[in-house]
Amino acid sequence: MSVLVDKDSRVLCQGITGSNGTFHTEQALAYGTKVVAGVTPGKGGTKAVGGVPVFDTVAEAVARTGADVSVIYVPAAFAADAILEAAAAGIRLVVTITEGIPALDMARVRESLRGGKTRLLGPNGPGVITPGECKVGIMPGYIHRTGRVGVVSRSGTLTYEAVWQLTSRGIGQSTCLGIGGDPIVGTSFVDALELFEADPDTDAVLMIGEIGGTAEEEAAAFHREKGKKPLVAFIAGRSAPPGRRMGHAGAIIAGGKGTAKEKAAALESAGASVVENPARMGETLERVLEERGVRRR
Amino acid sequence: MKIHEYQAKELLARYGVPIAKGKVAFKPAEAAAAYESLGGGVCAVKAQIHAGGRGKAGGVRLVRSSAEAAAAAEGMLGKPLVTVQTGPGGRVVRRVYVEKGSAIARELYVGVALDRRLAAPVAMACAEGGVEIEEIAARSPEKILKEAMSPTAGLRAFQARSLSFGMGLAGKEAGKVAALLEALARAYLDLDLSIAEVNPLVLTKEGEALALDAKVVFDGNALYRHPEAAKLRDLDEEDAREVEASRHDLSYVALDGTIGCMVNGAGLAMATMDALLLHGGKPANFLDVGGGATKERVSAAFRILLSDPKVAAVLVNIFGGIVKCDVLAEGVVAAAREGGLKVPLVVRLEGTNVERGREILAGSGLPIRPASGMDEAAALACAAAGEGAR
Repeated sequence: MSVLVDKDSRVLCQGITGSNGTFHTEQALAYGTKVVAGVTPGKGGTKAVGGVPVFDTVAEAVARTGADVSVIYVPAAFAADAILEAAAAGIRLVVTITEGIPALDMARVRESLRGGKTRLLGPNGPGVITPGECKVGIMPGYIHRTGRVGVVSRSGTLTYEAVWQLTSRGIGQSTCLGIGGDPIVGTSFVDALELFEADPDTDAVLMIGEIGGTAEEEAAAFHREKGKKPLVAFIAGRSAPPGRRMGHAGAIIAGGKGTAKEKAAALESAGASVVENPARMGETLERVLEERGVRRR
Repeated sequence: MKIHEYQAKELLARYGVPIAKGKVAFKPAEAAAAYESLGGGVCAVKAQIHAGGRGKAGGVRLVRSSAEAAAAAEGMLGKPLVTVQTGPGGRVVRRVYVEKGSAIARELYVGVALDRRLAAPVAMACAEGGVEIEEIAARSPEKILKEAMSPTAGLRAFQARSLSFGMGLAGKEAGKVAALLEALARAYLDLDLSIAEVNPLVLTKEGEALALDAKVVFDGNALYRHPEAAKLRDLDEEDAREVEASRHDLSYVALDGTIGCMVNGAGLAMATMDALLLHGGKPANFLDVGGGATKERVSAAFRILLSDPKVAAVLVNIFGGIVKCDVLAEGVVAAAREGGLKVPLVVRLEGTNVERGREILAGSGLPIRPASGMDEAAALACAAAGEGAR
């Protein structure tokens, strides 16, 4: 098993005929992902890259193909609507890659999804991959390796860096997921840790946080109370000045809160191993696995 | 996107937030005329910059005649104002706001901001206004009253009343403050704001509620649906390199160190800066060239980096995923040739097509220092900038 997606996931791509949708669908198919449908309103009945059938609506695509996961590449102005359409059609997991969605759009999406069965991952994240089985998103597939370490992060390329450090040491991953760099996202660090704790095929978790908000502090509280698996964490942005937004809409130290130091201290006191040097994420995880006597693969 | 106080007040007034009469002035003579048109009496001349803490820094003067108004404006215009929020260099004042004075009986705080954990906007109120709300939040957070709003329905009347009564207000004053809160919340949702603050909200001796100062920050991602608001952007208030970077879809933040950084991805960019710090160096900037970095964007990024005279060395850290290392290497080489490389350049490449990327760098004939791994890259860059030794 794994978390969120596996070899049986049936993936639908919203925005499949756009340049991002086309490119990444091709990559996903090459990785072996079951991309069963695409949706572009007005292009129903045509075929997209790799012969994937295109539908006008998500509901129709779901009815005809049994898709249960959707990945969204549609432009920011239409992304909130795309998420709601997927949820209305009963999609189990909506992975939103789109960057630059207005914050209040996301607040309205969250309000609308509350109490429903759809899980949202992102927006503004790389997506999710279960190595060797299913790739939903924009991460390069080849840097991953099958294994038993869960990876969760707020950023894209920093996650690739971390994954690469693991893979280079022969440490494989159960699932790697990016929760996204925006202030309002669908899946939090706590949600991700809960999933990994419950997954029998995940032995340890590498978490990559950054400045801004309190998601890492909440993850620390969760780990203190319910974390049974080793947790290694890195917090990016120790060197960031307060009041300046570091690229991600969510990465800002406001009113003296959300500093890397605070977050690292919270995680450390909750029993996590905090890495100060981003070049040592893989090394630290390897050491922690050895110390805890966790088998590796 | 930030805007000036007078612009924020104008916008909020359209939604029913009561404000004092006022006029913007770009010259001392205009300030004098503004004073006359406001009917004389006591007025305030307020420096308009995108930073708080103006009062304590001498950026607000009370005047009682048009001559005093002109003199106050003369004292501010064209000169830098240094406040707790501007940094040591301060900000040059280019416009002042002349505002009718109010007889203040009491100062309160109200605001609306996004609560990430609740995934909703939250209306806030505090009986102690006029001071930095962050100070109160740190000292006694229980004094800040909060009501989470539905992002679709907005702030309910009862929630506004609850905040108003919670601050200890009664009678007509409570009603007026509640109405102001509702107006502020309407503006927040309607204009796609990320922050809307009235601090202080004053109760006058005549029993009126007024927004004496106002701060509005727009959600940059939503500006496309507010073209009128987008026109309020004041480029003079922004770092010239940051403005230039945004024209090329680059995310750049000027910092005060000596090592210019070019990285793909915000998280990796921050981590690279952190690695520099661990090796005793200081980043001159944060620069994310983005996931779809093309040759053109890479050379624009290079030009911006090298235009900063503080930069003594450049560190490029790229993890090629979708962006291929060979494409980036070509961009780096082209930019370095075009601009004439005057400072040491350390490049770390990893990921897709890394071998070809490294070959391109090595074969370029340029004095590029290759690094493998973030640690080595940071160490080399620090040494190159002459800051390697702790």
